[in-house]
Amino acid sequence: MQIDPVVLFFLLGLAAGLAKSDLKLPSALYDTLSVFLLLAIGIKGGLALAKQPIMDVLPQAMLVLLMGAIIPLLLYPLLRIRLSQVDAASIAAHYGSTSVVTFAVCVAYLSRLNISYESQTTLFLVLLEMPALVVGVILSRLKGSAAGAAKQAGHGWGKLLHEVLLGKSVVLLIGGLLIGLIAGPQGIQPLDRMYLDLFKPVLTLFLLEMGLVVAGKFGILRQHGALVLAIGVGVPLALSWIGIGFGLMMGLSPGGVVLLATLAASASYIAAPAAMRMAVPQANPALSLGAALGVTFPFNLLVGIPVYHQFTMLFF
Amino acid sequence: MAFYPKSMLTLVTEAVLENDLVELFNERKIRGWTIVAARGKGAHGEKRGNFDANENIQIELITDTASAEALAEEIMQRFGEHFALVQWLSEVRVLRGEKF
Repeated sequence: MQIDPVVLFFLLGLAAGLAKSDLKLPSALYDTLSVFLLLAIGIKGGLALAKQPIMDVLPQAMLVLLMGAIIPLLLYPLLRIRLSQVDAASIAAHYGSTSVVTFAVCVAYLSRLNISYESQTTLFLVLLEMPALVVGVILSRLKGSAAGAAKQAGHGWGKLLHEVLLGKSVVLLIGGLLIGLIAGPQGIQPLDRMYLDLFKPVLTLFLLEMGLVVAGKFGILRQHGALVLAIGVGVPLALSWIGIGFGLMMGLSPGGVVLLATLAASASYIAAPAAMRMAVPQANPALSLGAALGVTFPFNLLVGIPVYHQFTMLFF
Repeated sequence: MAFYPKSMLTLVTEAVLENDLVELFNERKIRGWTIVAARGKGAHGEKRGNFDANENIQIELITDTASAEALAEEIMQRFGEHFALVQWLSEVRVLRGEKF
């Protein structure tokens, strides 16, 4: 198994962080890079949509929304075995939502192996951001205590929906999608160099930073050890099968199924933490972020994506 | 030049609360404040400031003592239990007292 070059940048950041090197990207750069990546992915999806009739994609899009809502509902009772209601709801929402960078690395993996995939998968990524967060908020409020804490902080439904629907990652992804859709391939052409050609080089810088961030999260592993590790590895492996199931149901090509499996297996670490912090303030953010970012993110990059590819090939 | 005695409320808290706090300041007719990104270590763990989701902010605002105390109390009641939050008041002397 050959490691994808973009992943090497992540490993460099991880090694530097663990070795306590003084390497640190300015947080303004991190913000800029994430804005770029989200916009670029959105635009790519918009261009893909511009090429095909919306009605062809609509049934698949509905299934993807359904998948996003089902994942936290399946996960929640399992997590409840060992976790409090609020922590289970928060983690379920993290895993139902997706990681844009994991998706980007999977795209890089597929293109290196010359495996084609449906262009509407980018739309799936955008659609999967939100439903799980809404379900997570509902789950956390099944009992009054959680709702009380959010209400105490003044976080009613209006504010929570605002955070879920208008969080920066959703705005940038959907914004990029609309720009790509409206401008079309010809309109975007002058911007190609920046948004399409530069995507991978920028991704490498972002992954370098992510390596540093993940190294910083290893402290949480020492604190919560086995549980976070079990969630961080077990949950994505299980969820990838849901992605494969939905992918087959939708009649996607092998590449499309691998991408959907990766989306199902990935956990959000930008949109979900912010939304869940507001919705369930008493959930422990170290637990969910430790599992999603400290374990699942590197696991998917290094092991998960090739494994989901193997899983998928069982059906083709 | 005359210096007027006022109170300065400083708070260090989680960045997710910024919108809520600004809303509260507006409700309470606070006339100005300064917000900066912060990093450091406290009871809620170390914030290294290099990652969006766990960033902290520090806010400073100057007003009369009674308003500052009442504001700090309300913030404590709403956010103190579940969010990282440290607040302190200092007595300061300002130029142009009517601005605060």
